[in-house]
Amino acid sequence: MDILTKARKRLSRFLRVFFKKKRSRIGIYGPPNAGKTTLANRIVRDWTGDALGPVSEIPHETRRARRKEDVTISNGDGDSIVIDIVDTPGVTTKIDYHEFTEYGIEKEDAVKRAREATEGVAEAMHWLREDIDGVIYMLDATLDPFAQVNIMMVGIIESRNLPVVIVANKIDLPDASPARIKSAFPQHPVIAISGLEGKNVDELYNKMIEFFG
Amino acid sequence: MIQGVQLDLISEERLARLTSMEKIRLILDEVMAGNIVVLEKGLSPEESSRLIEMTMMEISPDGFAGIEMETYPARSQGGGILSRLFGNKESPSRLTVIGPANQLKMLRKERDLISAWVSSR
Repeated sequence: MDILTKARKRLSRFLRVFFKKKRSRIGIYGPPNAGKTTLANRIVRDWTGDALGPVSEIPHETRRARRKEDVTISNGDGDSIVIDIVDTPGVTTKIDYHEFTEYGIEKEDAVKRAREATEGVAEAMHWLREDIDGVIYMLDATLDPFAQVNIMMVGIIESRNLPVVIVANKIDLPDASPARIKSAFPQHPVIAISGLEGKNVDELYNKMIEFFG
Repeated sequence: MIQGVQLDLISEERLARLTSMEKIRLILDEVMAGNIVVLEKGLSPEESSRLIEMTMMEISPDGFAGIEMETYPARSQGGGILSRLFGNKESPSRLTVIGPANQLKMLRKERDLISAWVSSR
């Protein structure tokens, strides 16, 4: 971390204390099926013993933003942060109910799921515009990071000057390539993890303390 | 009648005359009519955010399924001391192609190349 970044963080911390700013709300964003809820559950379980929401292989399982308040994350050096974790619906520019019928869901339920998913995406965008102070941007490390939705979302996050940590998830899978994600977003820290197995999440917690504290 | 897909290339000058909401409405109206829109200069992050939201509002079962949109990744910004102190500045947006999700498919995308396939309805 360079001197300017440190100075900016100190200034922001001072202003937060001085003006008694509310707790930071950290949104977990990313495309559908990147592992957002799996990570949210792991963070909440590791630090509060609770859980946030169900996970599924079917896209758009999370169709409403869910928030867990007062999550304290600490490390061995005595540093800690208190944040609200917000698990958000996967962001996309297209939703077709036929995608859900391919998983064996009946048409009526698939149409309902698609409608709820569209509302969820709009809700996630609204949260980002109004109520989020920092972002964990989740990517499936087995997929192409240059997908348009990722380019757009990182651009939107940057334009709002929100601190962002990019997570290359699913490194337990053989096709995972965190290096591809690092080359796609060299301007941001990228942490490679397996949210499912918990591999390397301690490094993510340290980065969260450093970036969101 | 010859089957085909209408392609509208909109110049930077024309885009500059439109408000954000006019741009988004223009894009959605064109794409919902089955046309492909190419913007000489892409949308701002705020406009992209609004476009995603408005697209979601227009999706309907067995009707409009959303948009496929492609643009190059932003060029990396150098940034002086002030921009580093006060955070990143908005990146200049670049040529962007937008079409109906069920007609426009991306074949290949790199930092400096977009290859897409378009089908008629």
